[in-house]
Amino acid sequence: MSEQALKVLIVDDEAPARARLRDVLADVAAEIKLEVVGEAGTARDAVDVLAAHPADVVLLDIRMPEMDGIEFAQHLQKLPQPPAIVFTTAYDAYAIRAFEVHAIDYLLKPIRTARLKEALTRAQSARAPSAAALKDLSKGAPAFLSAQERGRIHLIPVDDVIYLKAELKYVTVRTAQREYLIEEALARLEQEYGDRFVRVHRNCLVARAAVRGFERGTGESEGQWVALLEGCDEKIPVSRRQQHIVRELGRQ
Amino acid sequence: MPSINQNGYARALPDFRNLGILLRILVVVNVLAIAAAIARTPDLASAATELLTLSAIVQPILIVTLLALVALSTFLRRLPYGLGSAAVIAISIGITFAFFVALQRYALVEDMGGPARYVLLVLLTCTLLLAYFDLRGRALSPAIAEARLQALQARIRPHFLYNSINAVLSLIRQDPRRAETALEDLADLFRVVMGDNRELSPIAREVELCRQYLNLEQLRLGDRLKVTWRIDKMPPDALIPPLVLQPLLENAVYHGIEPRVDPGEISIDIYTLRNQLHAVLRNPYAHEGTHHAGNKMALANIRERLQLHFDAEGTLETRVGEDTYQVHIKIPYVKSK
Repeated sequence: MSEQALKVLIVDDEAPARARLRDVLADVAAEIKLEVVGEAGTARDAVDVLAAHPADVVLLDIRMPEMDGIEFAQHLQKLPQPPAIVFTTAYDAYAIRAFEVHAIDYLLKPIRTARLKEALTRAQSARAPSAAALKDLSKGAPAFLSAQERGRIHLIPVDDVIYLKAELKYVTVRTAQREYLIEEALARLEQEYGDRFVRVHRNCLVARAAVRGFERGTGESEGQWVALLEGCDEKIPVSRRQQHIVRELGRQ
Repeated sequence: MPSINQNGYARALPDFRNLGILLRILVVVNVLAIAAAIARTPDLASAATELLTLSAIVQPILIVTLLALVALSTFLRRLPYGLGSAAVIAISIGITFAFFVALQRYALVEDMGGPARYVLLVLLTCTLLLAYFDLRGRALSPAIAEARLQALQARIRPHFLYNSINAVLSLIRQDPRRAETALEDLADLFRVVMGDNRELSPIAREVELCRQYLNLEQLRLGDRLKVTWRIDKMPPDALIPPLVLQPLLENAVYHGIEPRVDPGEISIDIYTLRNQLHAVLRNPYAHEGTHHAGNKMALANIRERLQLHFDAEGTLETRVGEDTYQVHIKIPYVKSK
């Protein structure tokens, strides 16, 4: 065992479940040197905790509101040094079967001291679960996009995205507040969120809900249609090939 | 029906005074006549003529027999089933034989042949009909309904059990007293869930059970779960099938509260209106990312139980609003004795 204490983060939406984990971790601490760096009730809170206190292991509940544990685990993989993940779940036959297939560690609630100790011992040497395995576990398109900036993860609700624009090897994600860069292919995003975004240009997907209208462009985009967007002042040019969407969306 | 409060199925003759029973007999006998006409003739055109000839004999016999059975219905149904069946067959054969003799004497129909064929045909038809009514009686018997009720017993989600135990475990060190109460609630809940729930029980008991269930959920969810009861107009003695409201609340928590970060409210209204008992449950509802297979099964289960108890008078309707989900149950207001 290493000299350094194992840093553990608890993520569960139910306070009693977090309290229980703390108790059991305290019991395990007698044998494994560990430190609870924090606890969080949602994935978004967990991101904030992690930004301030990086963890070696995340004990992660699967069924949580807003973003489930499996999606969160996928986003965590973007960290330069992703933490090991041990899922906790009360009952989910589907997930458990999948975990066993992919040899991902999980704990069944109620959690036992001996099992937790085992999982933590393994986590000290284990690698994070593979992205492919997690992808296999998740149901449907993730509700969040994630961007990694200086060692911390930003979670961007897909609902908040105004447009996605491809730039060299990154995609710019624009929300009403700010821009993020994510390492994704625009084509893949279009495939995943096709019902939500519409391609207005070779390099740009716009959220249908954000389209306020269209007008004839001026200056650089003279003679071309541009899309006016809710929540951002930028005007996005519509390519000639995609002109038909002006009629389609304009009519709604 | 005399068998209504017995455990096994008691065989009984059909009630010949029931219009539905008479109609069924008429249809079956006439279908047999059509089949006979088709079988006896080489082509369809002559089959129509044959049917007419057959009807001239069959219809009077059929009608007189039915009249006799209606008249003797009360007496026949008082006999044991075997004897009653034999009596029905004897009456039918007797009437047929009388017709045969009369028709032959006045030579109304040519070339009738001997009586044995007619007697045999009537015997077969009667046996067929009695067997049909016996099977039908079995299918509709309360014993079968009870067996189906037993199969439909409500089940609690395993998810809830394990999460609750986990929550209780977390209390044991910090708040042993609350842990005790929680375990007591859990025990009460499972006593009912694992018990015999075929008979109606007072709604006050169901409400109490729901409160215990919600207490346990509150333990896990804390402020996220808000519950509003509006039951001051509820007659506590009204009868309801047990475990009708609790599974609906479980759905409401699972689909309405757990997927939310913000607090959500579940409301329960119970009242009577024009001699009907109404129960209305509402919970917040997010349109996206829902998983309703399990939900539909629970609803179908409850709906079927209401129908078994109250037939068409027990209904369950769901309505999806802008951001709420509503279940509305209507059943007849039956008071406990």
